[in-house]
Amino acid sequence: MKKLASFFGKAWLALVFVFLYAPIVTLIVYSFNEGKGRKWAGFSLVWYERMLHSSAIGDAVVNTLSIALLSALIATVLGVISCIGLSALKGRAKAVYMSINNIPLLNSDLVTGLSLMLVFVAVGLSFGYSTVLLAHISFNVPYVILSVMPRIRSMNQSTYEAAVDLGAKPIRAFFAVTVPEILPGVISGFLMAFTMSLDDFIITHFTKGPGINTISTLIYSEVRRGIQPSMNALSTVMFLSAILLLILTNVIPKDRRVKQKAAD
Amino acid sequence: MTNKKKWLALPYFVWMVGFTLIPLVLIAVYGLTERGSGAFTFSNVLSIFQEEHLRALILSLVLSVICTLVCLLIAYPVALILRRAKVKKSGFVIFIFILPMWMNFLLRTYAWLNLLDDGGLIFTALKALGFQGNIIGTNGAVLLGMVYNYLPFMILPLYNSLTAIDDQVLNAARDLGANERKVLTRVIFPLSFPGVVSGITMVFVPSLTTFVVSDLLGGRKILLIGNIIESEFSIASNRHVGAGLSLVLMIFILISMAILNHYDKTGEANAI
Amino acid sequence: MKKTIAVLLASVMALMIFAGCGKQKENVLRVYNWGEYIDEGLVEEFEEETGIRVIYDEFTTNEEMYPRIEADPSLYDVVCPSDYMVEKMMKNGLLQKVDLSKLKNKDNIGAQYYAALSDFVDPGNQYMVPYTWGTVGILYNTTLVDDPVNSWSILWDEKYAGSILMQDSVRDAFLVAEKLLGYSANTTDPSELAACSELLHKQYPLVKGYVIDEVRDKMIAGDTALAVIYSGEYMYCKEENPDLAYVIPDEGSNMWYDGWVITKGARNVDAAYQWLDFLLRADIAARNFEYITYPTPNLASYEYIDEELLNDPAIFPGEDVLKRCEVFKYLGEEAEDLYYEQWKKVK
Repeated sequence: MKKLASFFGKAWLALVFVFLYAPIVTLIVYSFNEGKGRKWAGFSLVWYERMLHSSAIGDAVVNTLSIALLSALIATVLGVISCIGLSALKGRAKAVYMSINNIPLLNSDLVTGLSLMLVFVAVGLSFGYSTVLLAHISFNVPYVILSVMPRIRSMNQSTYEAAVDLGAKPIRAFFAVTVPEILPGVISGFLMAFTMSLDDFIITHFTKGPGINTISTLIYSEVRRGIQPSMNALSTVMFLSAILLLILTNVIPKDRRVKQKAAD
Repeated sequence: MTNKKKWLALPYFVWMVGFTLIPLVLIAVYGLTERGSGAFTFSNVLSIFQEEHLRALILSLVLSVICTLVCLLIAYPVALILRRAKVKKSGFVIFIFILPMWMNFLLRTYAWLNLLDDGGLIFTALKALGFQGNIIGTNGAVLLGMVYNYLPFMILPLYNSLTAIDDQVLNAARDLGANERKVLTRVIFPLSFPGVVSGITMVFVPSLTTFVVSDLLGGRKILLIGNIIESEFSIASNRHVGAGLSLVLMIFILISMAILNHYDKTGEANAI
Repeated sequence: MKKTIAVLLASVMALMIFAGCGKQKENVLRVYNWGEYIDEGLVEEFEEETGIRVIYDEFTTNEEMYPRIEADPSLYDVVCPSDYMVEKMMKNGLLQKVDLSKLKNKDNIGAQYYAALSDFVDPGNQYMVPYTWGTVGILYNTTLVDDPVNSWSILWDEKYAGSILMQDSVRDAFLVAEKLLGYSANTTDPSELAACSELLHKQYPLVKGYVIDEVRDKMIAGDTALAVIYSGEYMYCKEENPDLAYVIPDEGSNMWYDGWVITKGARNVDAAYQWLDFLLRADIAARNFEYITYPTPNLASYEYIDEELLNDPAIFPGEDVLKRCEVFKYLGEEAEDLYYEQWKKVK
C-alpha cells in the first residue's frame, strides 16, 4: 500500500515536472532550428547570431537590468528609511500607513498600471525611461517594507539607544548597530524588488514611452507579429541565466555555511 | 529622539500619496465622469451590464475560479509529496518546481504557442490522431496558459505552510489513534490553511485580470474583462469607460480579499 | 556580502554615467511605423548617411497608434498612418503641414496618387507623403479550398469552420460585412452597422482567430484555408508557400493609401524632412518594395523592380478591379464610437 502511494506520488511529481518543463524545452530546441517556421530544418545558431546583432534586444536587456537595479536600489533606500520612521509610529497612523503600503500588493497590476498612467498624463510627464522607473519604484517599495519591517520590529531597540547614549552620532549608531541587524531583511527585500521589476510586464506596458522597451514589452510586441525565432534564443539565454543566478544565490551560500560549520 | 525619528516615514508617505492614492482617485474620477463634458455619471461603471462586458466578466470569473481550483488540485499533492519526501528546503527538487517562476512571464506564455499553434508539436500530434479544429483561440488554451503561469505561485506558499507543520504534531495525532486519512483531514489540512489562502490570492487575482494570456493564446477571439479594459484605453481611447470597468474589477478584488481574510484567521499572508 | 553590495553599487554608478551620456544633445528622429513595414537595413543606411539616430517603434493598427499620438503629439516626429486616420489626425490638429517643395524627390511619386489623396483625404496634398497603397482581399490556400473564391461570402461557409482568419481591426473587419451586404465602406447608418455586426457575430464561431501581423506565419504554415489580408502581404506569403493565392472579391473592397506625416509636436522637423526625402528616392523605394512587398506609388522606382512583379494583377490590380474599391473616410467621433460599440458585440 505504502509502496503504491509512493509510486503514485512519484508519478504525479513526474507529470507536473513534464507539464512545467515541456514548453521550456521546446522553446530551447526551437532556438537551434535553422528554419523560421515550426518544422525542424536542421541545427543552426543563426538565431543566436541574430539576437546578438539586434540592437532592439540589446537595448531591451540593458533597460530591463538598469531599471530593475535602479528601482530596487531606490526602493530599498526609501523602504528602509520609512521602516525606521514607521517603527516610531504607533496605533492608527501606523495601521493606515501600512494599509496604503499594501494597496499595490493586493491590487491587480492592470489597475495599478492604468492608474499610474493616468497620473503621468495628468502631470504632463512625457512617457519614457523615467516614467517606467518611477512606476517600478512604486510597486517595489511595498516588498522592501514587508521584508524589512519584521526585522525592525524584532530588533533590540536598546542597543541603538545605548550606542547613542555612549556618544555615537545617530547616523553612526544607525550604520554600526541597526544596519547589521536588519541587513538580511534589507537584502531579501532588495532581491524581491529586483525580481519583481525584472518580471513585470503589465505596469511597464502602460507606463512606457517611445523607444523604450524592456525584455517583457519587447517580447509582447514581437510575438504578436508572428513566429520570432530570435525570441526563442533570447528565452534560452534568459532561462540559463535564471538557473545560474538561482544556483549562485542558493547553493554557494549554503556551501559556505556548511564549510563554516565544519571549520567550527 | 523617537519624535524626530517618525518624520523619516514622511518621504515615502508623500510618495504613496502621489503614486498610490492619487492614481486611484484618478481612476475613480475618470470612472465616474462622462467623456467630453466631465459631468458626474454612473454610466461607465454600469456599462458592465452591457452584454459584451458582462460576458467578458463572467468568462473571466469562470476561468479564474477554475484556474485557481486546478492549480490547488495539482499543487497540493505536489507540496504534500515534497513534504513527505523530506526534501531539504533549498534542495534540488524544490528548486525544480520554482524555477519556471523565474522565467519571464511572457516567455512562459509564448512557449505554449510553440506547442499549440499551427505546426506546433501538440497541434501536429493531435492532427495526426484525427483531431480537427484549433487549440489556440479556445477557452481551454487560455485556461491552460493561466494554470501554467500561476501554478508555481500556488506550489510555493503551500509547500512553505506544509513544511512548517511540526512532525511531532502529526505523531501526536497518530498516537492518539488517528489514522492517516484523519491526520490528513483533521490536522494537515487545517494547519496548511494560511498557505492555501495566500496561494489562492496569488493565483486568483492575476488570472481574473489578465489580458496577456488571452491575447496570446486566445487568438484574440477570447475577450476577458482585462482585454476589454485594455482596449478601452489603448484602442477606443475611452479612458472613462476603461476606468469605470476598472472600478468594477477592483470591487471584485476587494470581495475576494474579504472572503479570504474572513477564512484566514491568522491574517498574515506570508507568501514567497 | 559586502563585496556583492560593493559590486552592485559600482555597477549602478556605471549605469548612471552611461545613462547620463545618453542625454547629450543628439540628432534624433523618432519614427512610428506599422509592424514589419520597412526594410530595417534602410533605417541603418539612413542613420549612416545622415548621422541622425533613429528611434524606431511599431504599432499594429491605426486605432492603437492614434490614442498615443493624441495623448502626446510630440511623442514621435514622423508617423505612417492610413488614409482615413491621416484625415482624423489632420482634423484634430495633431499634424503639421509638409512643404512638398522641400522634398527634392517628391516627383518620383506618380501624379495620380497625389491626385487620389487630394481627392479623398488630404485636399491639396498638404500633410501626407505617399508610402504604399493596396487593397484588402482574401488570401487562400489552394490545397484546402476547392470552391472558386470570388465572394466575401466564402468566409461564412461552414465547410471552412475553424480555418478562417479575420482582421482584428475595426474598419477592415466591418468592410467585409459592408461589402457583402452591399453597403458603403463608409456607412454611418446605425441600422446598417448593426446588421454588419450581427453578420460578423454569426461568423464568430467559424473564425480561427482575429489577427493582424501574425496572419503571414499562420497562412504560410499551411493549416489555414482563408484569411482577410492586405494585398502587400501576398507576395511575401506566396514566396514562402506557393499554394497561396490572393483575390479581390467581386462585391468590391477597400483601396487604401499609407503615407508619412509629421506630427504637430515634432521635435526634429529637419530630420523628418530628410527621412521623407530618403524614402522617396527611387532606389530606396525599390529596395523597400522588394522587402515589404507592398505596392509602391513611387513610379520612378519601377525601373529597379522586376517586371514580372509589376505585371502581377494581385499586387498591381487593373483599373476595372480598383473601380470596385472604396477608400476609407474618417467618419467623425460619433460614428467611430458606433463602429467600436458594434465591433465589441462581434466577439
